[in-house]
Amino acid sequence: MADISQQLKEQVLQARDSGQKLNIVGGGTKAFMGREADTDAGTLNVGEHTGIVDYHPVELVLTVRAGTPLSEIEATLAEEGQCLHFEPPHLGAASTIGGTLACNLSGPGRPWAGSVRDQVLGIRLLNGKGEHLRFGGQVMKNVAGYDVSRLQAGALGTLGVITEISMKVMPKPAASLTLVQEMGMDEVIHYMNSRAAEPKPITAACWVDGKVYLRLSGAKSGVEATAEKWSGEVMEEGDKFWQEVQDFHHEFFAGNDVPLWRFAVGSAAATPELEGNWFIDWAGSQRWFRGAGELKDLEPPARAAGGQVSLFRGGDRNGEVMHHQPEALKGIQRRIKTAFDPDNIFNPGRLYSWL
Amino acid sequence: MTTKPKVSKAELAEQFRAFIDPDYVITDDETMKPYECDGMSMYCEMPLLVVLPETVEQVQRVMRICNENAVPVVARGAGTGLSAGAMPNKEGVVLSLAKFNRIVEIDPLARTARLQPGVRNLAISEEAAQYGLYYGPDPSSQIACTIGGNVAENSGGVHCLKYGLTVHNILSVEMVTAEGDVVIVGSDGLDSCGMDLLALMTGSEGLLGVVTEVKVKLLPKPEVAQVVMAGFDDVQKGGDAVGGIISHGIIPGGLEMMDGHAIIAADDFAQAGYPRDAKALLLCEVDGTEEEVHEHIAQAEEVFRKLGATSVRTSQSEEERALLWKGRKSAFPAVGRISPDYYCMDGTIPRRHIAYVLTEMEKMSEEFGLRVANVFHAGDGNLHPLILFDANVPGEFERTEAFGSRILEMCVEVGGCITGEHGVGVEKIRQMAVQFNDEELQQFHDVKAAFDPAGILNPGKGVPALRFCQEYRSLEHKQHTHEHTEAAHG
Ligand SMILES: Cc1cc2nc3c(=O)[nH]c(=O)nc-3n(C[C@H](O)[C@H](O)[C@H](O)COP(=O)(O)OP(=O)(O)OC[C@H]3O[C@@H](n4cnc5c(N)ncnc54)[C@H](O)[C@@H]3O)c2cc1C
Ligand SMILES: Cc1cc2nc3c(=O)[nH]c(=O)nc-3n(C[C@H](O)[C@H](O)[C@H](O)COP(=O)(O)OP(=O)(O)OC[C@H]3O[C@@H](n4cnc5c(N)ncnc54)[C@H](O)[C@@H]3O)c2cc1C
Repeated sequence: MADISQQLKEQVLQARDSGQKLNIVGGGTKAFMGREADTDAGTLNVGEHTGIVDYHPVELVLTVRAGTPLSEIEATLAEEGQCLHFEPPHLGAASTIGGTLACNLSGPGRPWAGSVRDQVLGIRLLNGKGEHLRFGGQVMKNVAGYDVSRLQAGALGTLGVITEISMKVMPKPAASLTLVQEMGMDEVIHYMNSRAAEPKPITAACWVDGKVYLRLSGAKSGVEATAEKWSGEVMEEGDKFWQEVQDFHHEFFAGNDVPLWRFAVGSAAATPELEGNWFIDWAGSQRWFRGAGELKDLEPPARAAGGQVSLFRGGDRNGEVMHHQPEALKGIQRRIKTAFDPDNIFNPGRLYSWL
Repeated sequence: MTTKPKVSKAELAEQFRAFIDPDYVITDDETMKPYECDGMSMYCEMPLLVVLPETVEQVQRVMRICNENAVPVVARGAGTGLSAGAMPNKEGVVLSLAKFNRIVEIDPLARTARLQPGVRNLAISEEAAQYGLYYGPDPSSQIACTIGGNVAENSGGVHCLKYGLTVHNILSVEMVTAEGDVVIVGSDGLDSCGMDLLALMTGSEGLLGVVTEVKVKLLPKPEVAQVVMAGFDDVQKGGDAVGGIISHGIIPGGLEMMDGHAIIAADDFAQAGYPRDAKALLLCEVDGTEEEVHEHIAQAEEVFRKLGATSVRTSQSEEERALLWKGRKSAFPAVGRISPDYYCMDGTIPRRHIAYVLTEMEKMSEEFGLRVANVFHAGDGNLHPLILFDANVPGEFERTEAFGSRILEMCVEVGGCITGEHGVGVEKIRQMAVQFNDEELQQFHDVKAAFDPAGILNPGKGVPALRFCQEYRSLEHKQHTHEHTEAAHG
């Protein structure tokens, strides 16, 4: 539990003066994400900037320093029967909340419970000028100024050092159970989307290895009544299954030899016909693909499915790993980068080669 | 900031008429009059001219011409905004999206709707109803306000706590940039690569781009909804009951609170059967499956009784539910009936401070000699104090504004913010200096410049010029408040 923001600020100012670049590191557990980090750059370690700053369970709001490990946050919330609704992946004991926001990583409940981006209410940010700024707030609704807090989600730390995050937390569901049944990949998209269109307490839906898994959670009576109406077997260790999916511990994700691609597409779109294996999550909105290929060849099928593709793990991380951006959006993002980090100090080239 | 426009009104109109139906290029004062203000009618200004394009290509051409000639552009939806965000610029163009009123497509399986920006909020849910779906955010102005305006203001409604604000319920936005490019921000997926520009666009008050299409998510209509009404003889107890429900693990579909003045005004207007002697009234709506609602309603009733409710009533039919809500939903017109004019404020506070804030507000009410009634999105801490005044009494509006400023500063003092859903616009631009310091405001200006280098989109709104802030903060009591702000932020 330490506030090292002053030290971080001095490091940024020093880097600025000496023309050094900085790779921002939280827990170092998501190093596989994004493009290869710049090896000439120094390291700015946020991992020691830890501690819960403010937590009022009745407000459903938590404020923490960005280097705080997820495990510590979750333990504190659990004491009050609350949780991080976006089910952050734990990529190791050291995974931090700052890194989770920078990567915009959320678990299987995302289509219903929202993402880390959705739950963020406010942040403090050290920009490239070494200014320690505050955006958003600690309240559920705040529309004063631009939403700089959510802008950080997916920016991979290219806009500055997130030092503090306020976010919405939620009560843990009273009950939950998982229904599983066999189903082919050709039927499952329609099936999951139809189920999601029913007013039932569904909170996760995925498909892997010829089986579809639906999770129901909420009030016990509602969960049980729905389980009786819907087809599928009640799974013995449902919670364990979803935890494995959340943390990338499911065997589908094991190993780095075959590249792991992430398709974020329309939930009801047909799955692209490609040579390889699929894991369909988020009722169709997030589809993991394991197969050889190049980004440029996977982009057209992703676009046809209404979305985008990125290389999540493995493969060639010296080239681009994120779906390419049209010129006009490139221009806007370059200018935003300059607005926050005029000397291009933070995570150079981590997100895109041109950023 | 913009420089002086390089063209005359006549030249500009002529250029627009070359590609827009001349009837939709409005230059005469009489026809332009309805555009002089939005829902915040105390602030008005006549524009140079008004255009109503019908295609995205026309919007692009308007933007290019204005960008080249440094002419300000104010996008306009239905003009229901409550912060003068759509108030015209006297040297600029009002770009009305009124012709873009088509629901392009509803995909019932994917649960999405593609909409032109001028589609009314309520029309989305009406059209989606045939599939058992609806659009979540439901501002009280939903009969009139447009989805484009909702995106620009990140609008919410009574169901935000559970279903989120506009930012949580949209997938993508097509927009025309200040320079006239068409870009799509977001996708059919739940996130996109790179910076989250969709979040940045949402709530940007027409300062970053003109929204020309929106894709929204639709939700399945809950099987059942029931509302519990609870009266309390003291605001503290009412405030505690809000926390009590949430601590119990129930996230209500809607959780609204009214104070004594609002209860009486609303009950006179709607005859909803509210407990007229109560000092605080809670409306707690639970929705979901039949079993779930049954379970949660019983728990909610018990929580309210335990926390000292003087009356508890649960709707037993759809009619009764509608009646209980009618009072709340007509609170604004109801208050309008007991006063010649009213001024609707919009601050957010941490809920635990509700009793303190309401008590302080009563004191200020005496000090300023103006009545105030409170309706409150209690679930998410969003206050709507309605200050009652008479615009015909000289000096009364100025006093009302001063009272309003004090309320907003108090919101910041207790750790909240100056606007929960109505936006900054012109109205709250001075209070931005209370919530943000100069470096933060400069960062906002730099973000704006990344989208709009020439500064033509809705100039003078949303983010104050820095020199202006120093003047505002240097007023004695404001300085004092700012120190509090720092302390409250910790
Ligand atoms: C000596 C050394 C060498 C390294 N070499 C490589 C290498 O060759 N290739 C490689 O990929 N990685 C390398 N890394 C690791 C890499 O830089 C970080 O581990 C990676 O950025 C993820 O860190 P993390 O666990 O905090 O991840 P996360 O905390 O999981 O962070 C993931 C992403 O979020 C950003 N981030 C984290 N916290 C914040 C914050 N508070 N504010 C803003 N952004 C934040 C990170 O910059 C990163 O982009 C190296 C690290 C060190 C210390
Ligand atoms: C009685 C009443 C009740 C209300 N209740 C609520 C409520 O419960 N919750 C809530 O959040 N708000 C509420 N409002 C405020 C208002 O209705 C919302 O802010 C609404 O979203 C404004 O939509 P509009 O179409 O009227 O936008 P306008 O008033 O026309 O414009 C608002 C802002 O959006 C910009 N804009 C409009 N269209 C576009 C576009 N296509 N592209 C870019 N910028 C654009 C304008 O420039 C302006 O800055 C209420 C207002 C009234 C009068």
